[in-house]
Amino acid sequence: MAIFLTEASKVIVQGMTGSEGQKHTTRMLASGTNVVGGVNPRKAGTSVDFPANGADGADGADGADGATGSVSVPVFGTVAEAVEKTGADVSVIFVPPAHTKAAVIEAADAGVPLVVIITEGIPVDDTAEFFTYAQSKGVRLIGPNCPGLISPGRSNVGIIPANIAGPGKIGLVSKSGTLTYQMMYELRDFGFSTAIGIGGDPIIGTTHIDALEAFEADPDTTAIVMIGEIGGDAEERAAAYIKEHVTKPVVGYVAGFTAPEGKTMGHAGAIVSGSSGTAQAKKEALEAAGVKVGKTPSETADLMRAILSA
Amino acid sequence: MDLFEYQARDIFEKHGVPVLGGVVASTVEEARAGAEQLGGGTVVVKAQVKTGGRGKAGGVKLAHSPEEAAERAGEILGMDIKGHTVHKVMIAAGAKIAEEYYFSVLLDRAERRYLAMASVEGGMEIEQLAVERPEALAKVAIDPLVGIDEAKAAEIADAAGFPDELKPLVQDVFRKLWTVYKDEDATLVEVNPLVRTEDGQIVALDGKITLDENAGFRHPDHAELEDALSADPLEARAKAKDLNYVKLDGSVGIIGNGAGLVMSTLDVVAYAGERFGGVKPANFLDIGGGASAEVMANGLDIILSDPQVKAVFVNVFGGITACDAVANGIVKALELLGDKETKPLVVRLDGNNVAEGRAILREANHPLVTLADTMDGGAAKAAELADA
Repeated sequence: MAIFLTEASKVIVQGMTGSEGQKHTTRMLASGTNVVGGVNPRKAGTSVDFPANGADGADGADGADGATGSVSVPVFGTVAEAVEKTGADVSVIFVPPAHTKAAVIEAADAGVPLVVIITEGIPVDDTAEFFTYAQSKGVRLIGPNCPGLISPGRSNVGIIPANIAGPGKIGLVSKSGTLTYQMMYELRDFGFSTAIGIGGDPIIGTTHIDALEAFEADPDTTAIVMIGEIGGDAEERAAAYIKEHVTKPVVGYVAGFTAPEGKTMGHAGAIVSGSSGTAQAKKEALEAAGVKVGKTPSETADLMRAILSA
Repeated sequence: MDLFEYQARDIFEKHGVPVLGGVVASTVEEARAGAEQLGGGTVVVKAQVKTGGRGKAGGVKLAHSPEEAAERAGEILGMDIKGHTVHKVMIAAGAKIAEEYYFSVLLDRAERRYLAMASVEGGMEIEQLAVERPEALAKVAIDPLVGIDEAKAAEIADAAGFPDELKPLVQDVFRKLWTVYKDEDATLVEVNPLVRTEDGQIVALDGKITLDENAGFRHPDHAELEDALSADPLEARAKAKDLNYVKLDGSVGIIGNGAGLVMSTLDVVAYAGERFGGVKPANFLDIGGGASAEVMANGLDIILSDPQVKAVFVNVFGGITACDAVANGIVKALELLGDKETKPLVVRLDGNNVAEGRAILREANHPLVTLADTMDGGAAKAAELADA
């Protein structure tokens, strides 16, 4: 098992024919993701050839044509058509910010149960609208402004490099992409059930709490790393949730202790407003819930290492 | 982006929200002319700063003639209010206030929708009201797909306890403020106080608007609302080059990729700095995923021109970016910067193509560059060099 994403997941890519979409579809296929189609109304009926299996020789890429050394992925005119023809149950979105709202609504209308939004720079009003809409349709969103998620050895949706760490027992949830990579790297000797980047925007579809709940229920996950950052109170809420509902060990890390008040630190949601949203408050809330919080990524990894080696 | 009060007033007016006359002035002469333009009677001279408590700080003064308005403006312009220099004042028409209310719409991050707040007890700091008399502050959830329609406006007015005879007027103002929020892509619209004048009008007497910078592409007019006067010169230069840079007060320049990793790098440097004379990070700079040589050179150029910077820590985890590309970027950037550069660089690379990346830097053997194996080690080395 893993959370949200398994080897059975059938993935379509909205924006596959764009440069980012092509680059990352190549990488997803190479890491064994079952990419069954792309969507672009202007290129419906065509297909895109990708090199079969990357250097890591990952298996599981259905449709890989070993004889020619390439995988041909069909392009559909609409998400509905792609779902109808392929049975896709995950869509990953690489379209530009101005078009993301329409793309998410199209995926939700087509009944895709999991939509992963990589796009950065989406107006928050668009996100508020498509989140509300997706929620009314029972669709899970991950992101926006996130690296996606990887269940190593099973499937990889988004832009997380597949070669940092292999499968294992740790569940990882983080607001930040590069801190996800850093923490996977620090704990590569243990491996991960699923690592999920939930994104750094003020409104995100899947929260720390959603991931914690899923990891708690996942028999393949034995311990959880939770990475937060300044802004909002998601970490405080997650701490309260952990205290009530999570029995597995959780270690935490929070970025942004040195961030000044009132400045957006890279992520649109990473801002200390007045006295709220500080890293210190988040760390204290997590510690009060019994979560060990590292001062640095490496110290956080050591805390996890101690738990798994005990 | 937070707006000044006078900018909020102009936007309110554009959307039909009732406001009083107001003229912005940067000089005493403009203040005098502004007061004359408003009829020459009693006006209020208000410091334009993006912080609260300006009244207490002496930044809001009454004037009964254009002469007096000019005098008051002379006193207020140039004042320092909580670290904000007053570059502009707004000359605002006076009003006879009967009652003060409060209204705002904002982003509710936790519930992932919007929240309207309203109270018939306006005028005081809203945080204070929320703590001392939470029952006096109505909070009403707003569905982003519906907004504040007639029914929602009525619900807000009811919840806040507005008297029936005022409801039609305030509900109309709520709906207009919602159009400000929606049509301008704001993440906060706050009116404190919203007032009832003695002649029965409902007027937004002060306003605060925060605009969503991600929505800038559909609001080309928002660019000119930026406050060029108060911007840090290094931040302004970085912005012109599309760099995600925030100036801080320390002496260790930071470059990294990804917002989270860069924030973390600042913390790790500050933490390491405790052992080296308390040195601190000098900036936040996220060069993003595709760290090209040019972006690296632009970033280094900004950081190295910060006179407070004594050493630089480049911390990159190559996820999508390959470390060899980053290493080439650093080498080329140092070439572009030439021999005049004397500040030491500590570079930590990990991830995609790390061996190639480190080899490139080792081969280049630049006298200013030190390679670090880990993030903690690099932070400690940079802190040590900055403390030297």
